[in-house]
Amino acid sequence: MLLQTTITGLAIGGIYALMAVGYSLVFSILNFSNFAHGSVIMLGAYAGYFVLTRAGAPFPVAIAGSMLAGAVIGVANERLAYKPLRVRNARPLYFMISAMGVAIFLENLVYATLGAHFYSYPEVLGRSIVRIGEASIGVLDLFALAFSSVAITGLHLFLQRTKSGLAIRACSFDMTVASVFGIRLDRVVGLVFAIAGALAGLSGVFLGMKYMAYPTMGWITNKAYVAAVIGGLGSLPGAVVGGIALGLLETFVSVYVSSIIRDVFSFSALVLVLLAMPNGLMGKYVEEKI
Amino acid sequence: MYIQGVLTVAMINIISATGLAVFTGFTGLFSLGHAAFMAVGAYTSAILTYFLGVPYVLALVAGVLASSVVAALVGYPTLRTRLRGDYFAIATIGMGEATRVILENLKITQGARGLPGISQYTTLPVAAVAAAIVLALARNMLASVYGRNAVAVREDAVAAEMSGIHLLRTRMISLVFSAGCAGLAGGLYAHYLAFIQPVMFTMVQSTQITAAVVCGGTGSLTGPALAAFVFTVAPELLRAAHMWRLVIYGLMLVLIMVFRPQGLMGYRDLSWSTFSTLAARIRRRTPHGKR
Repeated sequence: MLLQTTITGLAIGGIYALMAVGYSLVFSILNFSNFAHGSVIMLGAYAGYFVLTRAGAPFPVAIAGSMLAGAVIGVANERLAYKPLRVRNARPLYFMISAMGVAIFLENLVYATLGAHFYSYPEVLGRSIVRIGEASIGVLDLFALAFSSVAITGLHLFLQRTKSGLAIRACSFDMTVASVFGIRLDRVVGLVFAIAGALAGLSGVFLGMKYMAYPTMGWITNKAYVAAVIGGLGSLPGAVVGGIALGLLETFVSVYVSSIIRDVFSFSALVLVLLAMPNGLMGKYVEEKI
Repeated sequence: MYIQGVLTVAMINIISATGLAVFTGFTGLFSLGHAAFMAVGAYTSAILTYFLGVPYVLALVAGVLASSVVAALVGYPTLRTRLRGDYFAIATIGMGEATRVILENLKITQGARGLPGISQYTTLPVAAVAAAIVLALARNMLASVYGRNAVAVREDAVAAEMSGIHLLRTRMISLVFSAGCAGLAGGLYAHYLAFIQPVMFTMVQSTQITAAVVCGGTGSLTGPALAAFVFTVAPELLRAAHMWRLVIYGLMLVLIMVFRPQGLMGYRDLSWSTFSTLAARIRRRTPHGKR
């Protein structure tokens, strides 16, 4: 039981981490909380669903399709809703309102066009179960864990080993100075939103397979945002740690305490972490950049 | 009767929008869960009049106090982190969720089924008087030293702090006032509809208040009040567009941020002098037109 809960918790934590990384990546560059990220995840889930069912494509194609869709939507979102604000150096509050607007717009657009009903994914991975010792773990959970670890490791290598990664890290340190050194801000920001969108698409497919696809599923990602804050906004290792910690906490609470008050626990954890460590577990700075 | 009802709801929405205008428009903080404060106020006052027979006005006051206390409890740990407003925003989402879960599972709130048969005390005059009081209070508060401090915090928190303004206190006062307004609006709403249910106080409600404040204009009180009025009345006229209402709200938030971030009435307020200057301008122009 203990082993099983731990592995399920890790799998959910992996998906949270994947989503939280998207929040943190955008935050580290533009210094605001991108509430529209959840909607991109939702659209990614729908994209994956339609590629699987309408086009009848195999599972890997669906993942690639939804990652591509997520990247495109993410970049379009930035270009249309954030770039005009970025250009005139608007306050983070305005970015947040704009992001909120995008989230409400996309969510209700899907609601108005595709309807409120739940699209359940076809059983690509089956309901088969792997037994490890006494624990029985769903194949889906194992896949989710594997994919999110690969994606996060890949992102880490990209940021540390490539020139574009270096540019992103430079911008997250100081955008103005980076642009003085000849880094093209538009390109870097676009790249960041493409990466965040692709990760959103990937996590959308797994969320869709686990909980089905529906217009308001983006709000699950609030939990991922909580994970990012617990880990320390703007810090990628923090997002991973926060995501996994939150996944484990939730699974343990719903198994050993009650699944109804699970969310109350997660948000209390947020408040407690903020009280004890205002930076989050691995955050670098408390204050907004001046 | 129907028109009276719409106007009553409009007054109630003006109250909650005024509260949020102080918080977002003047202090520069963002909340995603103002509906939860409404829920706390609504349930507190409804339970008091329904089960305990407390007089209406006292119940409303209790609702205001309850939502202010909840706001202070959520606000202290999150606003304490000095310059980061985002933490508070996410905490309000959590608070909204927690409030819903608690309301759905408590016995006294009768869970998701809601509380029916609350006495219908809120009439148009009551709501209008309450709205007028709240607007007057907010106006005076913002014209006081406190109001100047709040604007300074919004414009540049670092500079404000260096000039000796207590950041946390300024933000907390603004939050508590704003939550109090939401609580009052909730209490009035409960006693107008005579029935409340946890699902009434969700993101949709919060979104509507936020949209009113942002469209009405940051740094303005009359702008958000006007917008809240329009946003309540207009959907009634366009019933068919119901599904698309939120789509339009979302689009409007983005468009305003992109093209006119100060909102329709940003940093300006309607007052009697606005009308008199306007009248003077018209008077000056008409003789020329006649000639």
